[in-house]
Amino acid sequence: MADPQSTEPTVVVDDLHVVYRVYGAGGDRGTAATALFRILGRRRRPSIREVHAIRGMSFVAYRGDAIGIIGRNGAGKSTLLRAIAGLLPPERGAVYTMCEASLLGVNAALLEDLTGERNVVLGCLAMGMSKREIKEKFEHIVDFSGVGEFIHLPMKTYSSGMGSRLRFAIAAAKSHEILLIDEALATGDAEFRVKSHARIDELRRQAGTVFLVAHDLEEVEDTCNRVIWLEQGTIVEQGEDVIGIIDRYIDASGGEKVTRDPVTRKRISAPEPAPA
Amino acid sequence: MRSPRLNSPGQLLETAGVPAATQHAPGADVPAGSLAALAAQHGLKPSAERPHLRVYLRELARRWSFIMGFATARNIAMYTEAKLGQMWQVLAPLLNAGVYFLIFGLLIKGVSRGVPDYLVFLVTGVFVFSFTQRTFISTSKVITDSLPLIRALQFPRASLPLAYVMIELQQMLLSLLVLFGLVLLRGEPLTWNWLLVVPATILLIMFNAGIGLFAARTGARVNDFAQLLPFLMRTWLYVSGVIYSVQQVVVQHAQNFGWVTTLLQLNPAAIYITLVRDSLLASQRASAFGAKPYNAANCYAWAGTARPPGVSRSAWITATTQVSNGRTPPGHPLSQYGSAYCHPTFVSTHLWQLGAGWAIVALILGFWFFWRKEVNYGRG
Repeated sequence: MADPQSTEPTVVVDDLHVVYRVYGAGGDRGTAATALFRILGRRRRPSIREVHAIRGMSFVAYRGDAIGIIGRNGAGKSTLLRAIAGLLPPERGAVYTMCEASLLGVNAALLEDLTGERNVVLGCLAMGMSKREIKEKFEHIVDFSGVGEFIHLPMKTYSSGMGSRLRFAIAAAKSHEILLIDEALATGDAEFRVKSHARIDELRRQAGTVFLVAHDLEEVEDTCNRVIWLEQGTIVEQGEDVIGIIDRYIDASGGEKVTRDPVTRKRISAPEPAPA
Repeated sequence: MRSPRLNSPGQLLETAGVPAATQHAPGADVPAGSLAALAAQHGLKPSAERPHLRVYLRELARRWSFIMGFATARNIAMYTEAKLGQMWQVLAPLLNAGVYFLIFGLLIKGVSRGVPDYLVFLVTGVFVFSFTQRTFISTSKVITDSLPLIRALQFPRASLPLAYVMIELQQMLLSLLVLFGLVLLRGEPLTWNWLLVVPATILLIMFNAGIGLFAARTGARVNDFAQLLPFLMRTWLYVSGVIYSVQQVVVQHAQNFGWVTTLLQLNPAAIYITLVRDSLLASQRASAFGAKPYNAANCYAWAGTARPPGVSRSAWITATTQVSNGRTPPGHPLSQYGSAYCHPTFVSTHLWQLGAGWAIVALILGFWFFWRKEVNYGRG
C-alpha cells in the first residue's frame, strides 16, 4: 500500500488557548434589581465565568494523517475540534488550516422536522454540491447510512444511531480535505463501523486529514496513524506510537489493561475468566 | 487494516521547518513564530478568518439552490403537524386581515374614514407589512434556530437569513393571490397597473433581505433583541399606515409638525405599502395626492381639520358635505375623494425612487453588517 503520508501541513495549531465565557453561571441572584444596579454601575456581569478549556497546544497535521484525540471527559477534545473548524475563536495563539475544516459530531442534528431524504439533499446543497452531483450520490448516501425505509420519515423519528449514521453519510459524501469527527462512529453498529473505517481510509487516501475524537480506544487504534493525548487542556503526549500512547493513557486513567500480542502488538481479546 | 506507518513508530514526520515540539514532548515550548511561519510558507490561513467579500458573494451565489430548497422544506415542515396542512399558508393571512377588519373596519369606524374601499386598503396593508414583520422576527432567530446546521457544515451563513426571507416570500406570494381575488371581488378593475406589483415586490424583497441580514446578526449577538422585537414591530405597524391613511395624518399635521409628517411618509414600510396599493387599487390611484387640481376646501374637508384660512364659509360647507366621511356620492365612483385635491408632497411624487433607494441601501448595509461577523455565528 502506498504511503498516503506527505510532508505538506494541512493544519497548524500554534500555541492555542481557548476560553469559554459561560453566562448565567450563578454569582448574583439574577433578580431584576441586581441587573439594574449592575447596569447603572457599569459593572460586568458577575455571572460570566471563564473556562480555560485549552491552555497552549501546538501541533502540525499533514496530508494523509488520521489523528486520534484521546483523553478524559472535559480534557478539551471537542473544544479542540471546534477551534480547528473555526467555530471557536482562539483567545491566544492561532489555528491555521489549508481550507475549511468540516466538523461532524453526534450532536449535529440537521433539520429534525424534515425527512431524511430532504436532509440529504439540503446537506449536500449546503456543502456546495450541484443538483446533478446529488442525484448521482443520493442512492449511495442512503445505502451507506443504512437507515433504509426511514429515509422517508422525519429525522426526529430516528434513533440516535440512525441519525448520526445519516449525518456521517452526508458529510462523507463530499471529499473533505479536513474532516473532524466527534464520536460520530461510536453510535453505529458493527457493520456501520466497518463501512465508516473504510470511508475514513478512503478520505485519507484522497489526501485528506482526519481528526477523530473517540472514547473507544480500539477505534482510534484501528483508524488512526497518530494520536494526541489531552489532559486538562494541554497535550500530555502525541506521536505516531499509537499503541504505546494508548497503553500509557489507559495506565494513567486507571482503565482496564489491554493484553497485546508481544510481536504484532495487536489486541488479544481477554481470556474467559477461569472457573473457580 | 493498518497503514505501514503504524508499525514503524519512531519514524516521525519531521521535515525541515517543523520544530521538534510536534513530537510527543509534554510541556515543550514551541517558538511561536516558527509555526506561524510554517503555516504561511504553505499558504495556510487562520481557521477563523472572514472570507473576502467577493469570494463570499461567489460562494453565496453557488448556494442559491440550497437557499430555495431550504425555504421550501421549511415551509412544508411548518404545517406538517396541522390537519389543514398547507391550507394554513392561505388561511393565516386571511384570518389576520379578518381580525383587523373586524376591529378597525367595523368596530372603530374612525380609522376607515376618508379611505375609499377600506377592506382592500386594509388587507393590502396587512399582507405587505406582515411580509416585512415576519421576516424581521424570524430572521432574528435564524442563527439560534440553525445552530446544529451551522456547527455541522461549512457554508456562507448569509444563506440562512436569505432562506428565511424566501420562506416569507412564498407566504407573501400566496397572500397576493388571495389579495388579487379579493380586489376583483370588490369591483376594482383589472388594469395594466397591476404589473407594477412585480417591481414593487422585488424592491420589497431586497429591502426585507437587508433588514433580515441585519436582524440575523443582531439577534445572534444580543439575546435581548428577541424580547424587544415584538414592541418594535407593533410600533412600526402603527406608524406605517397599515390600518389608517398616512396621507390624512400628513394633511392634518402638516402645519405644526411638518418634519414628523415627512418622517412618517419616508418610512420604508409606508412607501412599499403605498406602492402596492397604488398598483392594485384604482380607488387609491384616483385619491392620491395631486390626482385632481388643488382645492384647499376639498383637501382639508377630507382630512377633517378646521376650516383653513382663505376658504369661504360656503365653499367649506359644500366641501364638507361632499366629501364628508369619505363617502362617494352616487354617480361619482372614484372622483370625490378629497385627498385627490391636496398638494402632492415630495414623497408622494417620488415613491418609486425612494422605494428603490431604501431597497438598495438596506440590502447593501444589511449584507455588509452580516458579513462582518461571518466567522462568529454558531460560536458558543
